[in-house]
Amino acid sequence: MADTEQGTVTPPTSHLQAELTKLRSAHPDAVLDVEEAPERDMFWITVRPRSIAAVAKTLRDDRALDYKLLSDVTCIDRPEREKRFNVIYNFYSVTHNKRLFVRVWVGEGDAVPTVSGLYASADWAEREVMDLFGVTFEGHPDPRKIVLPDDFEGHPLRKDFPLVGKRPVILFNNIKDIT
Amino acid sequence: MGVITTVDGKSVDTLGQQINQQGFLLARLDDLVNEIRANSIWPLTFGLACCAIEMMATGASRYDLARFGAEVFRASPRQADLMVVAGRVSRKMAPVLKQIYDQMPEPKWVIAMGACASCGGVFNNYAIVQGVDEVVPVDVYVPGCPPRPESLIYGILQLQKKIRKSGRILDERG
Amino acid sequence: MAVTETLTMNMGPQHPSTHGVLRLVLDLDGETVVKAVPHIGYLHTGMEKTMENEPYQQAITITDRMDYLSGMNNNLAYCLAVEKLLDLEIPERGQAIRVLMSELQRIASHLLWIGAHAMDIGAMSVFLYSFREREMILNFFEEICGARLTPAYIRVGGVALDLPDGVEEKIAKSIAVLADRLDEYWTLLDENPIWRDRTVGVGYLKADDALRLGVTGPRLRAAGVPYDLRRVKPYCGYEKYDFVVPVGDSGDIFDSYRVRMEEMRQSLRIIEQVLITMPDGPCNADNPKVVLPPKERVFSDMEALIHHFILVTRGFPVPPGEAYAAIESPKGELGFYVASDGSEKPYRVRVRPPSFYNLSALPFISEGSMVSDVVAVIGSLDIVLGEIDR
Repeated sequence: MADTEQGTVTPPTSHLQAELTKLRSAHPDAVLDVEEAPERDMFWITVRPRSIAAVAKTLRDDRALDYKLLSDVTCIDRPEREKRFNVIYNFYSVTHNKRLFVRVWVGEGDAVPTVSGLYASADWAEREVMDLFGVTFEGHPDPRKIVLPDDFEGHPLRKDFPLVGKRPVILFNNIKDIT
Repeated sequence: MGVITTVDGKSVDTLGQQINQQGFLLARLDDLVNEIRANSIWPLTFGLACCAIEMMATGASRYDLARFGAEVFRASPRQADLMVVAGRVSRKMAPVLKQIYDQMPEPKWVIAMGACASCGGVFNNYAIVQGVDEVVPVDVYVPGCPPRPESLIYGILQLQKKIRKSGRILDERG
Repeated sequence: MAVTETLTMNMGPQHPSTHGVLRLVLDLDGETVVKAVPHIGYLHTGMEKTMENEPYQQAITITDRMDYLSGMNNNLAYCLAVEKLLDLEIPERGQAIRVLMSELQRIASHLLWIGAHAMDIGAMSVFLYSFREREMILNFFEEICGARLTPAYIRVGGVALDLPDGVEEKIAKSIAVLADRLDEYWTLLDENPIWRDRTVGVGYLKADDALRLGVTGPRLRAAGVPYDLRRVKPYCGYEKYDFVVPVGDSGDIFDSYRVRMEEMRQSLRIIEQVLITMPDGPCNADNPKVVLPPKERVFSDMEALIHHFILVTRGFPVPPGEAYAAIESPKGELGFYVASDGSEKPYRVRVRPPSFYNLSALPFISEGSMVSDVVAVIGSLDIVLGEIDR
């Protein structure tokens, strides 16, 4: 995703007008790109990684936007890009019945500011992305592994991780986890 | 062991037949114990995934596992003698499974219920143990994804058959 | 003054009332929960990774095993997401069958919930009754698609096969029975003083907190937010059916119980309407590149044979792009975010599991309550570990 010059991106439909206006006035250099697929009811805004927390705050607290529910946080690994991890935030506004996807592109080793202080639902979701992709979320209150065993090495949802992992697996006389 | 004879030279079997005709039952203690064990299996509630729901259905009203004496699902491994591994075993769960198996008192048996517990099923990947027999010894494998309750009941009946043929109690003590 | 110290208690991962392999570490001060930390991942199956390695149609079998109490709903959500990318139109009959299946599945899932929830709190008999009724619904699934729990019946482009003859009449007959039986559960639980003691005023979750924690489904509606995707973003023609979205007001466990009971009644209403208005015609989309041709044509028609061969051996390519489709599963908002790179296999499938977020609210709800209420709270969240860990 090339860094688009601020102010040049305008959505072909007016669906995201309110969001873009608010975000641009509050955070002038945050929005990088806008994608739309109205026939699939999908709308994406790409923002700079370091401004995601500020953007999320605006989305949540602005009455006209009112994205009270952070439905999901996920990630897609595209190793051919320089910034390979595409973290996707799935916002939903109950009052306006609108769904908005916010994208962030980060490279290996870069950190994304956490939004778990704003949305409690991001707590576990970010932990899962950390666990399965190895994307770090800066300032996360509890950055432990969530689904994988503590001794697991690697991040399985990366494209370069083999499906079967490292075989053979086994065995298990050393039980430290259970106390 | 040779044929045990009584004082008047009759073998025990003949004596047994005579006693049985009198309305008494004479049997080897081993056979009796095995029969009792086979008909009073206490399974452990070790539900992991989809198969656990079918295991619950097996114990519930329609399939009624109580008909075969195996309805007493115990939550504590100390009180159970059958572990029905119902579902996929992840690498994170495997040490727990091993420990729970070790906590069960002898004699104990394991049924691997469903494709995932038997061989990994459709999940040939980094997270799933490819068959629970990598972790604990398995007595009966029940195929299906998930197996119907009838299949599980059949598996338990097969296990009963196995228990009836199992060795002498003194041997087990070693 | 006596000094108290907290006791750390481990609950699970093998525990009868944690609905699978959930592990909780509770810090207790006497019987009061000071801190509750859920540990998940004991059923992590690598499903999202596995789905990346299966053709689109075959990946449906993985979705079944995610939330195994509502396989049909999982199939449906995934198929809707892929169909969004393919831009497929499903015929009326296919849509109606999908609605029928997902409502039957909702009842089956809620029946299991009420049985397990009541058993956790100490009412064993409800479990035996609810499993009896659940078997009725599973029988229909078996008749329609041959499987009880893991149907893989809803496919990309429609459904696997049309309804068998006579099954609609059987369903129509049994929903009258089910309505009676639901009233029976109502009498078993609703006025039961023990049930009320264990649920009324226990485990509050207010609307603001629920949204902040990402809780969806009956637990959110019990807090008074009428967020039901069947109503706010209708799919499969839900806008055609007349039903009420039940909401509670206080957000305690009793409210969530009432909401789910009412949902089952509303599902019966929807099923009734589907059966009356069931349209005739094909149930699969008219797109030979995606949908398998009928078996008769495969044996007689060269073109159909080629399509069949290619679809079975290679699958169908999906145009590049990303799509998110969400449905109202019995647990809450179940979404699939599917990214395609134009090949026959998904580039990435992300599941938005409702139970995952619902469970993450458990520490918030149970901290400060009694340890015995934790079990009631877990029951009211209606979690499925297969979906949480994937």
